[in-house]
Amino acid sequence: MKIIFTSSGESWDSMIDPRFGRTDFILLYNEETDELSSIDNRDIKDVAHGAGPKTAEKIFGLKADILITGNGPGGNAASILRKLPLKIFVKAGGMTIREAYEAYKNNKLEQGL
Amino acid sequence: MRIAIASGKGGTGKTTLAVNLALYAAEFEPVLLMDLDVEEPNGSIFVEGEVQSETAIYRNVPQWDQGACTLCGKCTSWCAYNALLKLGDTILVMPNLCHSCFACSELCPVQALPMIQESMGKLLHLQRGKLNFVETKLDIGLEQASPLIAESLRFADKHFQNTGMQILDSPPGTACAMISAVKTADFVVLISEPTPFGLHDLKLAVETIRQLNIPFGVVVNRDGIGNDDIYEYLQQEDIVLLARIPHQRRIAELYSQGRLLYKEVEEIRTALQNILGYAKELR
Amino acid sequence: MKEIVIISGKGGTGKSSICCALAHLWKEDAVIADCDVDAADMHLILHPQSSDSKDFFSGVKAIIDPKVCSSCGLCASVCRFDAIRKHEGKYLVNELDCEGCAYCYHICPTGAISIPEQNVGQYHISQSRLGCTLVHAALNIGAENSGKLVSKVKSEARHQAKLENKEFLLVDGSPGIGCPVIASLSGAHFVVLVTEVSKSGLSDLKRVWELVKKFKIPGACILNKADINPDICKEMKEYLHKEKILNLGEIPYSEDFPAAISMGKTLIEQNESTWRPVFENMGNAIKEKI
Repeated sequence: MKIIFTSSGESWDSMIDPRFGRTDFILLYNEETDELSSIDNRDIKDVAHGAGPKTAEKIFGLKADILITGNGPGGNAASILRKLPLKIFVKAGGMTIREAYEAYKNNKLEQGL
Repeated sequence: MRIAIASGKGGTGKTTLAVNLALYAAEFEPVLLMDLDVEEPNGSIFVEGEVQSETAIYRNVPQWDQGACTLCGKCTSWCAYNALLKLGDTILVMPNLCHSCFACSELCPVQALPMIQESMGKLLHLQRGKLNFVETKLDIGLEQASPLIAESLRFADKHFQNTGMQILDSPPGTACAMISAVKTADFVVLISEPTPFGLHDLKLAVETIRQLNIPFGVVVNRDGIGNDDIYEYLQQEDIVLLARIPHQRRIAELYSQGRLLYKEVEEIRTALQNILGYAKELR
Repeated sequence: MKEIVIISGKGGTGKSSICCALAHLWKEDAVIADCDVDAADMHLILHPQSSDSKDFFSGVKAIIDPKVCSSCGLCASVCRFDAIRKHEGKYLVNELDCEGCAYCYHICPTGAISIPEQNVGQYHISQSRLGCTLVHAALNIGAENSGKLVSKVKSEARHQAKLENKEFLLVDGSPGIGCPVIASLSGAHFVVLVTEVSKSGLSDLKRVWELVKKFKIPGACILNKADINPDICKEMKEYLHKEKILNLGEIPYSEDFPAAISMGKTLIEQNESTWRPVFENMGNAIKEKI
């Protein structure tokens, strides 16, 4: 499975970024190859309106199966993400990426959207 | 005569003043009252009338024609608002980010983005005696007040061109929503309170109205809760003081019940007379 | 670090006064962000001394260079906002009406139009007179608040909170239900709704809560001016119960609110014996819920 996280940094010890649209980084974890890669989303701070959709556009091509985040995407981003075969899990705010992954595996997160 | 009621900050009594002014004026002549605070319209709570019509208000947004599109993606670079996204082999339109500028639609080399009509709000028209009340409410999830305000004013121009007295309850603040509401007015009444917050926001409102070059006057509401700095400011700036409405708990109670004030509070009646008198002189 | 956002659908509910009171109580543990940018008021009570000010750029406006303009009028014909008029033979953009869509820029055959980014205001990182850091912004006339500016203010405030090792970020949120409110809410751990007990207050409360619900952030409500209308107060309490919003308490209509503002004081400074216990209770209830 390919899992993406909204993150404030680029490593397993980074904190989950609770926001979707204005998240600093998007981390992609490929369970099969055990690889963690990152997309820098920090240019989103120049976007006045419509940050959510812009970020959704970035993850579109990743073909991820799972998105793990904090509060969940806002309305605009959600309408785009709904078009993808992507399951969204929320309430990972306050955890590190590693902790969030564990929580997801142990069914501790809430499914969103 | 179009009178806009505005204020720098919210909660100063704008809607109360607009509603009371309209109902009072309607004792003498036909009046149109418009609640243009489209994000949070409150006027209908105070005006009880018979529903004349409920109209959906539309705006134009692009719709993607997959058959015509060559996926060149140029449209996404033209759009200044990130309302167009290229997701794989799909062009996605985000209507609530769209500002209806028509650029993508008219510049597309293969006309793959024709403009279609989409609902942005509802316009409600009530009537009570000589008073016509129009309230527009922005659909939930939409953020842009200005296009709905502009369209509502066009509705008024079309259907109420013969109504001589028009009163506009504007959205609070000094940003583009307020400017859209106020810019076609002949006269603006700024309502504020005699407190540091009130004065600070009044100054912003005054600066805005001066840029729009429309004659204006000030009503001070809840007189007595603060200090006299606001009166010093008005004098210094040579701004017309239209009325002072005193701070009374009784008024707050009547307001919270949605009751009309000018019939029960003398000072408010006087204030309204002053405003109408001043506006008449401008006519 | 926990982020608490205070919002109210409409103005005049007492949100800023209440936010200042909580800021006073938590002055040692919090950084304050004033995201009510269109009508930023907290600085009137907190008297910030700016230590760092930055210009804020957002959006563009079109400018026509008369030397290059060939007066073809194509720009005016495509402008949907009536922002371009002919003046003394050349075409001019009315800055207030220009929406920055750049259609004219794309279509001008002589390249006479440029679209520079606009300096729409400043944001400041300041020391408030209470000792805590206040991050706030001021927009120029006619400039629109945006998610971008609110996010900027919040991210600077978050950064400060981390630097100063503060437990809380207290955010005075934007009014309404649009983009700036959404940006105020994004990333929040807890939302406090301040509502005025009146018919209009109730309808605004419902509209705002519909928006907050989308974000799955736990919320609480303070009912201000609660004794003005006991019937509406009851209806509001029932709504809060139904929607599982924590009722933080009712504040009766009090002259202290306007008095404190006019004196440039927080409610606690205005009348310590009354307000300290009220806000301490509310503050503790919030802390428990987070």
